Amino acid sequence: MKAVYFAWVRERIGHGDEEIAPPDSVSDVAGLMTWLIARGEQYAHAFENPKVIRVAIDQTHVKHDAKIAGAREIAFFPPMTGG
Amino acid sequence: MATVRVQAEDFDPVAEAGALTLGRTDVGAVVTFTGLCRDEGGLLDTLELEHYPGMAERELERIVAQAEERWSVQGIVVIHRYGAIKPGERIVMVAVSSLHRGEAFCAAEFLMDYLKTQAPFWKRQKLADGTSGGWVEGKEADDEAAEKWKRA
Repeated sequence: MKAVYFAWVRERIGHGDEEIAPPDSVSDVAGLMTWLIARGEQYAHAFENPKVIRVAIDQTHVKHDAKIAGAREIAFFPPMTGG
Repeated sequence: MATVRVQAEDFDPVAEAGALTLGRTDVGAVVTFTGLCRDEGGLLDTLELEHYPGMAERELERIVAQAEERWSVQGIVVIHRYGAIKPGERIVMVAVSSLHRGEAFCAAEFLMDYLKTQAPFWKRQKLADGTSGGWVEGKEADDEAAEKWKRA
């Protein structure tokens, strides 16, 4: 699946998108963030306060307990500040 | 009839709102809101708006559909810019037409309140002294404004 990052999440991780292949044991969004954190310091920095991170699966907002099976694109970003 | 656009270019709020009544004699009210870039007392040089291409349009369309379901409106226009925006420039507009003013006022306010907390846009400030002012933080007041529509 493709992971995409925006705003300071993107800056902290150092790139805007990447292909990721989490193991089957990673079933939901919260688990995926924990798995990403283990990938390195920059991920740990981006996800240091997971509660504030907003997530979208295939361009629809989801909660952290959403299942990731079948997702093509998962986006991680800070609270939105448009308008 | 709804128009949703996400674009880098400026827009003409008068012409966009005018399209809601063009050739029609059944419209009783048009409410228009335009959001501008403030200079923050001279501190701000540029507002840089990042967005999630694709989802930004989809999310605005979802918010518009919710407004149409909730209020009897005749037409809606939502336009949101991205990219570098200077103080005084327009960022966003919402226009709603309806038979009576109540629906148009409510739907326009709902659209703005939801858009601010649900549409994937992020503002970063570039300051007049050349430094980065950092990412604008989400305001609790904006969350509360969106939340009130759930109780209403």
